[in-house]
Parts: sequence; structure tokens; C-alpha cells
Amino acid sequence: MESLEEIKARAEAVVPDAKIEIVLNPGPANQPSLLLEALSALRVARFLHDDPALRLDFCSNATGVDWLDRKVKTTRKVKKLVEGEEKEVDETTEESVPGYLEAVYHLYSMSHKHGPVIIRSRTVNRADDVHLPSLTPVWRSAEMQEREIFDLYGIHFDGHPDLRRILMWDEFVDHPMRKDYVEPDDYEYEPTPHDEVLERAKEHYPARPELEQLTPRE
Amino acid sequence: MSVGFQELAAAPPPMTSRLEGELLEISMGPQHPSTHGVFRMNVALEGEIVRKLKPVFGYLHRNHEKIGENTSYLGSMPYTDRLDYFCSMTNNWAYALSVEKLAGIEVPERAEYLRVILAELTRLQNHASLLGFLLSDMGAWGTPLMYAFREREKILDLFESLSGSRMMCDFMRFGGCRVDASEEWLGRARKIAEAFPKFLDEFEQLILSNEIVIMRTQHVGKLSAELAINAGITGPMLRASGVNYDIRKVDGYGIYPRFKFRVPLGDHGDCYDRLMMRSLEMRESLAILKQAFAEIPAGPITNPKVKIRAFKPPVGEAYGRIEGPKGELGFYLISDGSASPYRYRVRPPSFINLTILEDLCLGHTVADVMVILGSIDIVMGEVDR
Amino acid sequence: MSDKIDEGLRSELQKQGIWVTSMQDLYNWGRKNSIWPLQFGLACCAIEMIATAASRYDLARFGGEVFRPSPRQADLMIVAGTVTKKMAPQIVRLYNQMPDPKYVIAMGACAISGGPFKQGYNVLKGIDRYIPVDVYIPGCPPRPEALLHAFMELQRKIDEQKLTGTNKASHLDSAQPSEFPVPAFGAHDLEPSLNSDVFHPPEIERA
Repeated sequence: MESLEEIKARAEAVVPDAKIEIVLNPGPANQPSLLLEALSALRVARFLHDDPALRLDFCSNATGVDWLDRKVKTTRKVKKLVEGEEKEVDETTEESVPGYLEAVYHLYSMSHKHGPVIIRSRTVNRADDVHLPSLTPVWRSAEMQEREIFDLYGIHFDGHPDLRRILMWDEFVDHPMRKDYVEPDDYEYEPTPHDEVLERAKEHYPARPELEQLTPRE
Repeated sequence: MSVGFQELAAAPPPMTSRLEGELLEISMGPQHPSTHGVFRMNVALEGEIVRKLKPVFGYLHRNHEKIGENTSYLGSMPYTDRLDYFCSMTNNWAYALSVEKLAGIEVPERAEYLRVILAELTRLQNHASLLGFLLSDMGAWGTPLMYAFREREKILDLFESLSGSRMMCDFMRFGGCRVDASEEWLGRARKIAEAFPKFLDEFEQLILSNEIVIMRTQHVGKLSAELAINAGITGPMLRASGVNYDIRKVDGYGIYPRFKFRVPLGDHGDCYDRLMMRSLEMRESLAILKQAFAEIPAGPITNPKVKIRAFKPPVGEAYGRIEGPKGELGFYLISDGSASPYRYRVRPPSFINLTILEDLCLGHTVADVMVILGSIDIVMGEVDR
Repeated sequence: MSDKIDEGLRSELQKQGIWVTSMQDLYNWGRKNSIWPLQFGLACCAIEMIATAASRYDLARFGGEVFRPSPRQADLMIVAGTVTKKMAPQIVRLYNQMPDPKYVIAMGACAISGGPFKQGYNVLKGIDRYIPVDVYIPGCPPRPEALLHAFMELQRKIDEQKLTGTNKASHLDSAQPSEFPVPAFGAHDLEPSLNSDVFHPPEIERA
């Protein structure tokens, strides 16, 4: 199978206004991915599906990921004047990346038996602009998985034939898999809670100062 | 005006055309006798024919993925047992494979052979149970299930003596297996695998040559190859439609390239082909087991370089998949360098195989719906996670 | 047997071919030896329940062989598996539809208190929040022998139920409710999140 750079070049040739980036994947897994834009994602997906050399006809997995606002440190080699000489120095810059929601698709080919080609698309932010194009017209296997991403993350897929909640009940309001979801407080607390569970348990049960002065047995 | 007898006999009056009426909406489930678990289908019927079918999920949604984000990598291993609760060994293997891909861990030889043996034993008992369950859905009132469970109990005894638990084995570790199998255990397992074909012959003869099964499953729920590929169907259901895609052959994970086995394919894609597929796959599993028992070497069972406590894989992401008994079971992990994954996703074969349930059932009767659902082989622990 | 009848007298009468018992013993004996479970498996514990009913562990010996799919014909509900909040209203409805006398066995850690999935937005932390439970079986999943032990415990409990008096069995006492309110789906959680008439967690000393 051709490399991701070649796939990107050919996709940009076929879909002229597509802006595709390659997202590198550090680590031993060696599975880099293509980042697609929302406007052209459907056309690039159709190219990946129909192209005779690739024939990526099997969408194995569609995942949602929630990225909060975070600070990313990048280290670059920069030419700087050090003691009168130009040298290459490592410069670390920290930039804050705003949060977004992401949909990741793993594509394989059953006819050519190669893969995976991983494509991702990101929403603009996590609050109000959470629309992404649905890839269900190209791969039917994305139908229920995109419904699940809508249910648990809140990404709205435009063009999906039947977008409604699938795992939670219809009256449910939140999107539970988001990183800032707060669970309903309906525990009965165990005899030995610790950390944040202990803090929540203390709110439910009255304080008993006479017990806090007990000395541990030797 | 009276009509004479001769006139009536000569030209009988036409039968009335089908009665026009409203569609009857019923809800099959979440509590129904077919033991696939808590699954609900909103079915719109015209008489007995299905006109619309919408599955409703979520009755067993146990937020496994959210727990995975808050637990360490090793701590999620027992939760993977409870995904597809028939096949805990293959679930464990899929997760261990994904983490090994993520962190670049190698697995020693003996552990690979042991993994193959346990996975194929799991496949045997899963397919036998499926045939038993499907027949009790069709109305055989549990007798084939008793036969299947008799064999399953023998295999569960093996699992229990090796890993300590009948069903939730929690056996694979990153870089190998938890416990080594003794020669005595391998001998017992070999005997069970050698006695299995006799059971399989009897079972096949009773079930697959049964007239009622043939009439109820042939030409029912036909799935074409193009729809199957497009809808992401994997596993025996895909191969029953004639598509030659077995991840053991395509990806060649573990040491599967060393074993000689065939991949059975179906011609028609109906329910009967799916049943036959399970039976043929059981025979291929027995062939693999025979080779594995003969070739298993001595050696270590884990990779000594892997830390068990405070296991922190490098930053990155990985998608690892295996051919489970129900289809392609994959795990997608995103690691941010800490002790628990940033994103932990299970690619459930049963969930995605249900995408085309409506397409398969349209135009069939209500009774066929249960046969089609049974032949897809779903487990709600995996569908809802 | 009932403690009101003298054992010596009873054995003498038996030698003459006369069998003496009390209404309560006869009634309870008939009920405990023919319990009809409701075929109600939710998750992994359901498979162990089926294995108990299969040929090796044979629940039929205890009279519990006839698993009924319809709640109207069952008198024991074995809640086997994780109870989720989406499923909880249906479980309470099923319990309400069962005719008296009815019993509930909570099988497995998930049905008792949420189990390994306790930390969950969709997991109900135990079925005893909404319906009364008679026997709890710990385990994940409990072995088939544990379910048989629970079945025998339930039979012992039925045997000790009284027909008259202040402690009489709840199905004969019109003051005891036999149907419980069904929770509704709220925006974040079930409403109400528990039924305080039914749910009595043990008081635990917190140090």
C-alpha cells in the first residue's frame, strides 16, 4: 500500500480544495493519520472509497475523542546569536491549543486486504460549533457508531440519516464521555472511601469529631 | 338473484385483496425469552410481515470506556472479560495485543502458542453455544442447548484449572500470559480437543440436517456481499456471504501464519449458511489446536522487560484487532504517557453487525426475526459496553 | 415441621399410617418445592444461571426448572447481571406484574450494589434501591453452586414464612405493598434515584 504522503498528494489532486495534513503518531505503533477538513471530508472519503488502487471499502471503527484546552510544548531548533556566533539552539515554546472534539475513522480494504488508513476530522470548538459531515453515505458501518459519538460526545453529524441517541435514554441531556462530565451523585459510600470519594462521602454523612481523635492501634 | 351451482364452480369469485389497515407497532424486548440479553426491537408489522424495525440499545450500557479512562492499563483487563462474556480469553488477547502495539512489546513463543490454544478453545465453546441458543430460540426448548453446554462445561473446567475462573479469566498480560500451563493441563486439553469431533458429528447431524431447521433458515435473511462489506460486517457473518476476509489470515497477528487452516466461505448469505459457517469453523479450530498442541515449545510465559506496576506506555495511539469468534474485535488506545489511557475505545463486532438488522428482516415474518437475530450472534455486553 | 405437634405423637401416628401436619407447613412445602423463576438474564450472570439450569448443575432437582418468560406466570425473579438506569423502570414494571407471592434473588455483585461497574453514569447501584430483595448472592459471576445455595436459602426462607399472626408473609398482609412506583427518566439521572421505603443500606461506622 502506498505511503500516507502519496495518498495525500493524490487526494489533493482529485479534490482540489481539500486541505489535508498528516498527523504523526509518536511511539512504536507507527499508525499516522490524515487530518481532514469538515468541508471536504466527504469528498475525500468518497475518493478513498472509490479509488481503484486504494479501494478502502471497510470502515472498521469510528471513534470520538474529546480534547480539552491544553498547553502543548514544542521544541524546535532555531538559529540564534550566542556569544557572537550563529548556532542552532533548542528553543521550547509553549502554546495553548483550544479544545475540540474529534472523530477518528479506521479504514481497511477487503478487496485488496491492506490498511489501515486512519482519517480524523475535528470540530471548531467544544461548545457550540460541533458539526462534522457524516461519512455514513460512503460507509454504512459508520451509521450506528456516529450515533454513538453523537450520544456520548455531542458531535452533530450533518447528513446522517437518523441522528438520535443510541445508548442513553432520550430524555438524557448530557454527553457523558466528555472529560468535564460530572456524574450524578447517587452513591452509597463504602466503609473506607478515599481521595475525592471521601470528600463527597463527608458531605453526605455528619461529621463525628469524636472518631477523628481515635489513635491508631500499634 | 340466485347463482346456480354450475356458475359458481365455473368461475369462482376473486379473493379479496389484502386487508388494508394500520401498521401494528410492537416492542420485542427488552425482556424476551431469546437469551441474547436485554435487547429491544421496535417492530412495525403488517399482519405478520415486518415493515419497519428499529433496534434500541443501551439497556446494558455500563460505561466501560469511561472506566477505562480512569483505570490503569492492567486494571482494565478484568473489564474486558465482561465485554463479550462468552469469550473472555479472546477479549483479553485483543486488549493485550493493542497495548503491545502501543508500547512495542514482544511476546515469547510459548505464550503465543498458549494464546492460540486458548483462543481456539474459546471459539469452539462459543460457536457450540450459539448453535444451542439459536435452536432454543427456534423452539427446541433447550435440549440442543444442553448438549452444547455439556461440551462447554468441559472447556470451562480447563479454563478454571488454568486461570482460576470459569468465565472471567483475566488471563492475558502485556507481553504474555499470567500463568504457565503444565504438561498435565495440555494433556487434558488435547484429550478434549480429540474427543470434540465426535460430539460435533452428532450435533451437526441432529441440528443441521433437521428438516425444521432447514426450512426455517434457508433463504431467510439473505445478506449480499456488497452490503456486508459496506456495513462493516465481520466474522462468520461476513464469510457466510462469500467474502474471504479472516483477520487471522489478513493481518497474521501472533503466530497464526504458522498454522495451516482453511477459511470456509458461504454461497448464499442466508441464516443456514451462517450456521454452517460456525460448524465449519469449529472444525478448522480443531485443526489449529492439533497443530498447536504438537508444536508448543518450552520457554518463558511473559516478557521480563515489561513493568507490571506503574506501566506507562509512550505517547501515541494504536489500533489492534483480532478475529474473535463474533467478528473483528479491536481496541483503539490513545496514550498520553500516564498510567491510564487518554482514550480507550472498544470496536465491538456485535454492535456493528447489527447495523443491517432492519435490512435483513424486512419482508420476513415475525418468527424469522428471531432466527435472523440468533444467526447474527450478538452478546449485549459487547453491543452496549 | 411445626413445633406445636409432639414428635412422639407424630411418629406413633405415622406408624399407623396417619400423617399429621399443619396448614402452614403444607402450604409452604408446596410453594418452596415448585418455584417458577422468571427467565430474566441481563448480563454475564445470566450465563451462569443458564449453566445452573443445564445438565451439570441441574436446577430441576430443586423444582426450579420451569423458567417462564412471562412475569404473570413466575414467582421468582433472579436479577442476574448489571442493572442499568435505562433498564431499571422495566425491571420495576416486571416486578409489579408478577403475582404475589413473589421473591427476588439479586445474583452477582452488579445486582447487589453496582459491582465492578459502580463508577458509572448509567449503572444503578443495586436493584434493592427500588424493589425488595430476599437473597443476595455475591460473586462475579457467582458459581452455579452459589446459585443453588441461594435457591436453598430461599426455600428455607419460604418454609419459615407464617400464614397468620403479626409476622405473616407479606403477600397475605394487606398493609404491605406489592407494587412499587416505577422510576422515570430524568435529564441527568432517574427520578427518584432511590425508593427510601425499600432501600435500607446498613449503617456503617465511619472512622
